[in-house]
Amino acid sequence: MTDPKQAIALRHLLLLTLSLTMVAAPHAARLPWWLVALAAVLAAWRAYLAYARLRLPSRWLLPLIVITATLGVYFHYRTIFGRDAGVALLVAMLGLKLLETRSLRDAMLLIFLGYFLVITNFFYSQTILTALYMLACIWMITAVMVDLHHAHAEPPFRAQLHTAGALLAKSVPLMLVLFLLFPRVPGPLWGIPRDAFAGVSGLSDTMTPGSLSELALSDAVAFRVKFTSSIPETRHLYWRGPVMWDFDGRSWSVPRFLYGTPRFTTGSRPIDYEVTLEPHNKRWLFALDLPGKVPPRAQASSDYQLYSHEPVITRLRYEMTSYLEASYGMEEGRYPIRRALALPEGFNPRTLELAGTLRAKFPDDRALVGEVLGMFRNENFFYTLTPPLLGENPVDEFLFSTRRGFCEHYASAFAVLMRAAGIPARIVTGYQGGEVNQLGDYLIVRQADAHAWTEVWFKDRGWVRVDPTAAVSPLRVESGISAAVPLTDPLPLLVRGDFEFLRQMLLTWDLMANSWNQWVLGYTPERQRQFLAKVGIDDATWQTLAAILFCVTGLIVAVLAVLTLRQLRTRVHDPVKIAYLRFCSKLRHKGLPRDPAEGPVDYANRLERLRPDLSPAVAAITGLYISLRYGTEADVTGLRELRRRIRQFSA
Amino acid sequence: MYAALKNQLYNWLFQLRGPETGVVVLVQRRVFILPTRQGIAFAAVLLMMLTGSINYSLGLGFVLTFLLGAMAINGMLYTFRNLANLRVTGGRALPVFAGDTAKFTVHLENGSDTDRHAVGLTRDRKEAAFVDVPARATAPASIGIPAARRGLLRPGRLTLFTRFPLGLYHSWAYLQLDMQCLVYPRPAAPGMPLPPAASSVGAGIERGRGQEDFSGLRQYHAGDSPRHIAWKVAARDQGLFTKQFSGRTETELWLDWALLPASLDPEERLSQLTRWVLDAHAAGLSFGLRLPGKTVGMAAGEAQRERCLETLALFEAAS
Repeated sequence: MTDPKQAIALRHLLLLTLSLTMVAAPHAARLPWWLVALAAVLAAWRAYLAYARLRLPSRWLLPLIVITATLGVYFHYRTIFGRDAGVALLVAMLGLKLLETRSLRDAMLLIFLGYFLVITNFFYSQTILTALYMLACIWMITAVMVDLHHAHAEPPFRAQLHTAGALLAKSVPLMLVLFLLFPRVPGPLWGIPRDAFAGVSGLSDTMTPGSLSELALSDAVAFRVKFTSSIPETRHLYWRGPVMWDFDGRSWSVPRFLYGTPRFTTGSRPIDYEVTLEPHNKRWLFALDLPGKVPPRAQASSDYQLYSHEPVITRLRYEMTSYLEASYGMEEGRYPIRRALALPEGFNPRTLELAGTLRAKFPDDRALVGEVLGMFRNENFFYTLTPPLLGENPVDEFLFSTRRGFCEHYASAFAVLMRAAGIPARIVTGYQGGEVNQLGDYLIVRQADAHAWTEVWFKDRGWVRVDPTAAVSPLRVESGISAAVPLTDPLPLLVRGDFEFLRQMLLTWDLMANSWNQWVLGYTPERQRQFLAKVGIDDATWQTLAAILFCVTGLIVAVLAVLTLRQLRTRVHDPVKIAYLRFCSKLRHKGLPRDPAEGPVDYANRLERLRPDLSPAVAAITGLYISLRYGTEADVTGLRELRRRIRQFSA
Repeated sequence: MYAALKNQLYNWLFQLRGPETGVVVLVQRRVFILPTRQGIAFAAVLLMMLTGSINYSLGLGFVLTFLLGAMAINGMLYTFRNLANLRVTGGRALPVFAGDTAKFTVHLENGSDTDRHAVGLTRDRKEAAFVDVPARATAPASIGIPAARRGLLRPGRLTLFTRFPLGLYHSWAYLQLDMQCLVYPRPAAPGMPLPPAASSVGAGIERGRGQEDFSGLRQYHAGDSPRHIAWKVAARDQGLFTKQFSGRTETELWLDWALLPASLDPEERLSQLTRWVLDAHAAGLSFGLRLPGKTVGMAAGEAQRERCLETLALFEAAS
């Protein structure tokens, strides 16, 4: 089966169908049902035709199916470009190509498409498990490729798996070198389709009651943090994200325009750490309150939000410095203050009334803040993930009737009360706390750790963080969300602290996933530069990299070539012959080589003429050799004798 | 000038030195390798995968692309290894009639510990015979070459090639083995009867060569039936002799060039003579062959048939 035009056998077709199904299987859940059905029908049809030895469908049918499938994809996705539609089309085309596969050439094209389909799986998942599964797929596809190129007699498929496995295993060193040294350029090379990074969860630029409690149901990792020194206490771990100023009576939002430059005075020593942020398709970068520097290709707003220049669509690593105690916003201007006091007309009247009463009672701002926190703490407020739904005046309803809420309810109610009482206030969203992975000594912050708190402005102190949730449920801030919400609330398993053994296993797994993220998925141009600097190559340009890569690749290929071709030498297995060849090689070194066509007797005769002095030894060895090699009996003592004589022989 | 240079280059590059006798070892210098069309397509796919990985920053995409790239490089070594260091010997080709297909057999000996798979032998790149050669084993590969004309047929340059295991590379070696196949003239259509047998000179029992009674030994000629070789004599190291037998022959059947009508051209005459030789042999007759300038004596049997056919095959008409 090595002629490209030769028809392929049923066995090959079935193996091909099987391996392609393996690769396409993870896509099935993401594709519309009719497309999965179409691909399955096409594959089954082709297998049936091969099994029954029927003719393939006529040529005009295929374009018809192509057009139908393309239209279907267009109506489902409203485009035929982009990630999802592209994958859908690829799967449909794969089924069609399978249907019209006749020859080895077609089969090879299918194999290549199969490899390509593997890479499309990585758009959706790049976990260790995906990688292992896809490795199995590649192994399978490669074995099918080997099977296709066997001649008529086909050994069991196990042999092909063995060949393919050996081939892939021997490719690993070269793959590693290419992976580490191939000059990386920062992507993307061209515009990425908009849907490429859809479906990632994270904080958004608005906050309505319920938006954070929804996030709390997700145990997806938001970011991981590696501290240079020890990890601060949990109650200090406020990860600052979007800051919200504008309230429309129901939801808070981040202002579109930012003004001023950030300025702060430190009150404590700096804390250095490195954040590895999971892609969330927004521009925020998260940092410990209060961020003391701006990562590269990012900027800071006057309210200390960190913005990347581009939406974070790939895992991003940055080094940060923060100050747990710092004062900022001392010289806040008139407009920001006015903005931090604005409240919409006609909403939440009872809250405004309460604020008026409190203001009359406590002329001092700090006393007023303390009173409200005391109210949260002492009255019948509950912290829960499943608060009742709120209607037209959510703050009123929350403060005076339901009194059950998640952090966004408390933050919102508190900020509205403050503004109504004439104290500038704003909402800060982000994450609070995190889970320490002792194994890798880093902190995992999950979406479930999403949090909202407030900042109020005092004339003499600037902006001060006040977390009303801490007043209701001190546990939330000290021990994390799982300790704070009632046991009946539907928290993800990873966040809840039960099943210690399982938890340890999952933490080990997260450590592996983290290393995987850092070294495999997050091997960016910066990471490559770091790695090269570590092995002593500083400031590598792509030219030097290419030169190094070329040399190392050449070296590895040379070693592989030697290892591969060494097996080709004709091996001598007969110990008698091995001994005799040693004898010949001794004579060769003395300038008396044996002619390739010369038998041992002729050689001995010639030696006798040339070197009469050696004659007795040569005659003895030759006689012994002939009797051992061509005689009928296996003679162990004779062999020992031959070896001894040859060892002692010297020309 | 250019053509001559190109020829020189080819001869140097592919080490074309004319027919070789004995065992040909496919040393690494004699094995060539180039990517196939599929190999180039695979490179294009890899390039696409690389750009995709860069564009979408797919870490695993890089891993996959580089793994497949490394595999392709390794595959080159595998394909080369599948052919290199094979020992090739030309086999004997049995004579055929013109118009038939001559079957040339090449013996591939694999002295290494690695199995060789799907090694193809071809002459014109259209048809190929594939064989597997297991480790430390020998396997024959046969190729059919149409024998158009009588005479000696040489296979010319044969190509031993392989694409195993991935089909991304085509590795090949040229073989110019000293092989030849004797091509007998194509027998004419049956129809013309055998010429009348001339009565023997004298009467009674004539000594002739038959198969019944042993009558003596003569020097061995190529083509004598091995059954008639005097093996006992050969065992005494006195050379090869063929046993001769006497049979009863009343008549002498001479297949004579001159008996054929002058209207036939030489090749047609040879065809007719071939037909007669076959017919006479089939009838178990003793016969002789007379060609201008060449005569094969009276005899019968397999050896006689072969000797006559060989004479006819190699006959060169005086111009």
